[in-house]
Amino acid sequence: MVNLKTKIGELILKNPIMPASGTFSEDLAEVLDLNKLGAHVTKTITEEKRCGNPSPRVCEVSGSMLNSIGIPSKGIEYFIDTVIPFYSQYNVPLIVSISAQTSDGFARICERVSVPGVDAIEVNISCPNIEEDGKAFAMRPSTTQSVMTKLRSATDLPLWAKLSPNTGETIEVAMAAEESGADALVVSNTMLSMAIDIHSRKPKLGNLMGGLSGPSLKPIALRMAYQCAKSVSIPIIGCGGISTVEDIIEYLIAGATAIQVGTATFINPNAMVTLLADLENFLQKQNIQNISDLIGSVRDEDATDDVVFMETAP
Amino acid sequence: MTIQQLPNIENASPATKNIYEVDTFVKSNTAITEEYRLLILEAPKTILNCQPGQFFHLQCPVTRSHQPYLRRPMSIYSYSQQDCELQFLFKVTGEGTQALSELKNGDTLNVLGPLGVGFSIEPEWENLLLLARGVGLATLAPLAQEANRLGKKLTAICSARSPNALMSIDYFKDMGADVITITDTEGTSTLDNMRHIIELKISQGAVDVMYTCGSNRMLKLLQEIGNLHSLPGEIALEQQMACGLGMCQCCVRSFNRCGVITQERVCREGPVFKIQEAMPW
Ligand SMILES: Cc1cc2nc3c(=O)[nH]c(=O)nc-3n(C[C@H](O)[C@H](O)[C@H](O)COP(=O)(O)OP(=O)(O)OC[C@H]3O[C@@H](n4cnc5c(N)ncnc54)[C@H](O)[C@@H]3O)c2cc1C
Ligand SMILES: Cc1cc2nc3c(=O)[nH]c(=O)nc-3n(C[C@H](O)[C@H](O)[C@H](O)COP(=O)(O)O)c2cc1C
Ligand code: FES
Repeated sequence: MVNLKTKIGELILKNPIMPASGTFSEDLAEVLDLNKLGAHVTKTITEEKRCGNPSPRVCEVSGSMLNSIGIPSKGIEYFIDTVIPFYSQYNVPLIVSISAQTSDGFARICERVSVPGVDAIEVNISCPNIEEDGKAFAMRPSTTQSVMTKLRSATDLPLWAKLSPNTGETIEVAMAAEESGADALVVSNTMLSMAIDIHSRKPKLGNLMGGLSGPSLKPIALRMAYQCAKSVSIPIIGCGGISTVEDIIEYLIAGATAIQVGTATFINPNAMVTLLADLENFLQKQNIQNISDLIGSVRDEDATDDVVFMETAP
Repeated sequence: MTIQQLPNIENASPATKNIYEVDTFVKSNTAITEEYRLLILEAPKTILNCQPGQFFHLQCPVTRSHQPYLRRPMSIYSYSQQDCELQFLFKVTGEGTQALSELKNGDTLNVLGPLGVGFSIEPEWENLLLLARGVGLATLAPLAQEANRLGKKLTAICSARSPNALMSIDYFKDMGADVITITDTEGTSTLDNMRHIIELKISQGAVDVMYTCGSNRMLKLLQEIGNLHSLPGEIALEQQMACGLGMCQCCVRSFNRCGVITQERVCREGPVFKIQEAMPW
């Protein structure tokens, strides 16, 4: 028997596989047994009710997809009255993803969702900060620091900061999140992208631009997970383009402690459960008793000293 | 990228309701008209407990020339538990449906479903009117089958570009429907003529409920007629989808529920909605 138990700070997960925010909901219970997952991660919620973006909200790009769903939200009351009780029937940690347009807004919703039944809060700081020129909090270390500091004093629950690939300062942002009290980093959210229909010359998304997810995102998110694992000591949760067990192993070797599966669930709703079985098989075949033996085992010691963590290509 | 496929129903998910992700086998895939094809699949009995108006989310094959990524939603054209058969009538449009058109007998096709909320037929509705055009025929066909099974009277108005493009006329006749065909080339498919035909049927007492699909024009027409005569109706709507299961919020449309505009997911609360609540787009 291989041991799939995973620790994210104080939180113990029975296995390292969980859904990515926005690609999972109560509805999946009709297809698979939600008790099998390492954790449940909800779609980002906001305090107020919101509608989300105009259609079309998704399009596909060679073997991956773009989305501009936005954050439609039924509001916090609905969430507390309906969604949290639903997940309470499972013996699986519940991670609630939150967002707001200001640091104070973040602190308010964070306080309001710090209720029994919630085991950790994932902070979606990839959303625009309306107090500073609309750039996402996660684009800069300073804004990351200010929002995470406020959140740290708003809750006793573990805080997972979800980083964005839309920054040139991955390491600095990761360190700022750690210093201001994040218990883990989720790496990462989608990458800002675009697609145009060449016949109509119209952007394929109603919102003109959207986030890239799926296999094309993997090398980018994996690079970020590696950089973060090298520069902070809190656990990294890898996310981006995972669809096979090899993808999971690669993230673990890069330094991730657990992983999230997003878009792959749209193609195969059973993906997470299939991956769990594949992971067990893989570890058994390789005679690896404990997944912790893999985490951060990347053999980069032969690299020369002058390798720099470049934010752009050489 | 390898895509995990479930070889048979035993390995398929233990659904708490009746949604399955499973491989089916192609029995035939033939051209019906220039644009439309009929795909007949051999499917496990378990997944064929369907409602007219529901759909499946198809994992179109990746071929040398076509690389669809997301699944494609397709209405159930026909289903039979007895024959272990599931059929789709589809229009070849882009990447996904072109890939579907290349499926050969014996090939596997992974399907997810049955999904969504289908049409309802209330016991007091004795006379059903169907208004269909294009792929809408595919969606309304199993409704005709169900109406026939329940012994309801059926009028089917089938619209197409030209008489050659008309499909499934014999199918609707076999279901005991009074079939009226209208076409663009003959000039009979105008709004005015449709209104005229429907009003005539109503005056003959042959309409308790109206069903249609997809088109904005037909929606507006049936909303007007429905309002005028206080007739209920249902419409199957399309919207682009990613997950098909209600998770991603990609497929929402606006609806008017008693004066309040709400956003509903076509894959989950639909694809069938009340005609009076649907909003023209
Ligand atoms: C509930 C439902 C039932 C449907 N039933 C049928 C049917 O029985 N027969 C049939 O021929 N067609 C049906 N359609 C439409 C069918 O899904 C699209 O024609 C198909 O997805 C086009 O894919 P493509 O790759 O060939 O085209 P592309 O244009 O290359 O598709 C690009 C993207 O847009 C999406 N898309 C394109 N057109 C539509 C559309 N009309 N509705 C939703 N998404 C679309 C595709 O899924 C894909 O993600 C149905 C749609 C829905 C939502
Ligand atoms: C349709 C869709 C909706 C998403 N919504 C959210 C969201 O609400 N909050 C969030 O933090 N990330 C959201 N994401 C990003 C995913 O959680 C994940 O970070 C990203 O998709 C990369 O993983 P993947 O390649 O496995 O999909 C969304 C992604 C998709 C495709
Ligand atoms: S397609 Fe994902 S919610 Fe409808």
